[in-house]
Amino acid sequence: MKLHMLILGLCSASALAFAAHAESITIATVNNGDMVRMQKLTDDFTSKNPDIQLNWVTLEENVLRERVTTDIATKGGQYDVMTIGTYEVPIWAKQNWLLPLDNLGADYDASDIIPAIAGGLSVDGKLFAAPFYGESSFVMYRKDLMEKAGLQMPDAPTWEFIRQAADKMTDRANGVNGVCLRGKAGWGENMAFLTAMSNSYGARWFDEKWVPQFDQPEWKNTLQSYVDLMKADGPEGASSNGFNENLALFQQGKCGMWIDATVAASFVSDPKNSTVADKVGYALAPDNGLGKRGNWLWAWSLAVPAGTQKAEAAQKFVSWATSKAYLELVASKEGWANVPPGTRSSLYNNPEYQKAAPFAKMTLDSINAADPTKPTVKPVPYVGVQFVAIPEFQGLGTTVGQLFSAALAGQMSVDDALKQAQDAATSTMKEGGYIQ
Amino acid sequence: MARTVTNRHKTIATAAAWIVALLIFFPILYTIITSFKSEQEAIQGFNLIPSGTLESYSAVEDQSGYFKFFLNSVILSVGSTILALIVAVPAAWSMAFSPTKRTKDILMWMLSTKMMPAVAVLFPIYLIFRDFGLLDSRVGMTVMLMLINLPIVVWMLYTYFREIPGEILEAARMDGASLWGEIVYVLTPMAVPGIASTMLLNIILAWNEAFWTIRLTTTNAAPLTAFISSFSSPQGLFWAKLSAASTLAIAPILIMGWFSQKQLVRGLTFGAVK
Repeated sequence: MKLHMLILGLCSASALAFAAHAESITIATVNNGDMVRMQKLTDDFTSKNPDIQLNWVTLEENVLRERVTTDIATKGGQYDVMTIGTYEVPIWAKQNWLLPLDNLGADYDASDIIPAIAGGLSVDGKLFAAPFYGESSFVMYRKDLMEKAGLQMPDAPTWEFIRQAADKMTDRANGVNGVCLRGKAGWGENMAFLTAMSNSYGARWFDEKWVPQFDQPEWKNTLQSYVDLMKADGPEGASSNGFNENLALFQQGKCGMWIDATVAASFVSDPKNSTVADKVGYALAPDNGLGKRGNWLWAWSLAVPAGTQKAEAAQKFVSWATSKAYLELVASKEGWANVPPGTRSSLYNNPEYQKAAPFAKMTLDSINAADPTKPTVKPVPYVGVQFVAIPEFQGLGTTVGQLFSAALAGQMSVDDALKQAQDAATSTMKEGGYIQ
Repeated sequence: MARTVTNRHKTIATAAAWIVALLIFFPILYTIITSFKSEQEAIQGFNLIPSGTLESYSAVEDQSGYFKFFLNSVILSVGSTILALIVAVPAAWSMAFSPTKRTKDILMWMLSTKMMPAVAVLFPIYLIFRDFGLLDSRVGMTVMLMLINLPIVVWMLYTYFREIPGEILEAARMDGASLWGEIVYVLTPMAVPGIASTMLLNIILAWNEAFWTIRLTTTNAAPLTAFISSFSSPQGLFWAKLSAASTLAIAPILIMGWFSQKQLVRGLTFGAVK
């Protein structure tokens, strides 16, 4: 009995001593399905790294952005791993706010990361964030409604085809809108879609000398086409619709087509939540014959702030969460369809994934079709497909998004929205010292 | 005739009170209703009859440890209230019973700090917290919440203390009561309804404070406001889960408010009718 007690006591003491030595790292993240899944699977990481404990902070996207910016700018040191997007990485890396990820382990295989995604997360050839999941945008459409309209969706449609198809698919009496597109104001909401669309129309935010270009005919064509299309075939109150609202509409069978993030494919094809799961087809984002398609490029990625005192443990975690082994872990627990998409080339060569995700090839083709360094037809001084990677863009993008959303709602004309956008952009660029 | 008019007035006043009360309570009621819907139902539009599913509660329970956030909410709101009372009771006593020429100005100045937008001082406060090692600490957040609500606590206590006749305190002094004895044994028992309602209101305000609690905490000191904000998703439906999280977060304070409503109303209307 005494020996038994002694052993128990020693075990407890060891556990306490171990807990005292365990290093804990804090990870800031958003509440996306893939991120939530990662939190549930962290036992795998802690069992392999018993000396590291994980603390999770899940925040609303805008709050997360604000908090990690505050923390990193003031060197608050509250986070050891941050979930950030393709927009922040080049800006923060240039400010020396992020550590280069050069200690991810021998078996990490960084060369397997899809080149377009890796390019968006690298500065001067160094990787500053590891992609957790990546996405582009493409067309999701109802195969049954397309057939009923007597049309066949090409793999690479034009905007003119989309307009015609939307006209034919619209059936107001049965609550079907030909097309659903983002209209909610925000640099990451309607402006992500409209900037990507504008690339295919040959528009650009700024010329090579950072002069705003909203007074050019390409932007007028973009915005006018968007407003006309949405007025003719879009849902009611579209100026309030973002990703989630359009997702709900599509899942309820109220959209003939939806052009949005490739990650939406797993939601609309999920029979548990989508009434049209078995009727969805996929195509590349439309173009206008100018050599650029209206698709974007984004990756939610894990980065290590320069202010952390636990860089080694943080990189260990980043390596685990973005590794090939993690994809296999998710597949073994929740099936290949639930694996975080858009990060590793090897995933798209995996026959099991191809079988489980019918949208896999189109997703990869869409990601590969986006080039953050040459986003549009004419040359630009910035990096970013659906954003401009400068610190001023968040504020300016949202201001312009509000104007374009107002044009969609009919509160102002397309010309007025573009004129005010040009004024706002000119003022911002002058204040930032980009132009005189 | 007069009796008829009075009854009619009573009926109208009662109906108006019910309408106003329902209007105020409706957002909370709709949040509770939405928490019993599926995500698809929740985003479909206005609907007062839920399917009654508990899947959102199950998802919320599955996703994060409610109890840890709840415990922090209790510690921060009760702690900041006790701290605020320790500071505010002597301050309000002094202003009520030994006023000077500047008392009104000081009271107005205290209240004016509530008029400043919180975001204006976010960076200075953040830096102070960082330098003193108070980020994500319960001590730091307790002090912060105390400071935020202190002007309201002082104002409320001042108003209650002013209703207490100064002669009673004078009598206590003549009987040999010390300053401490005067405050603890004479003033405090007489002001119990006022102090209790101030306490309850301060707990509610601290419980619901979201700006600072979300921005200055991460894991150790994060209260239920941080718990709620973690359920908003940029890609994926979340209204029902968010409503379930909100219902769980407001339930304790709602229950507390329900049981203490008499005390609250009595305290809030204390001195309103002379």
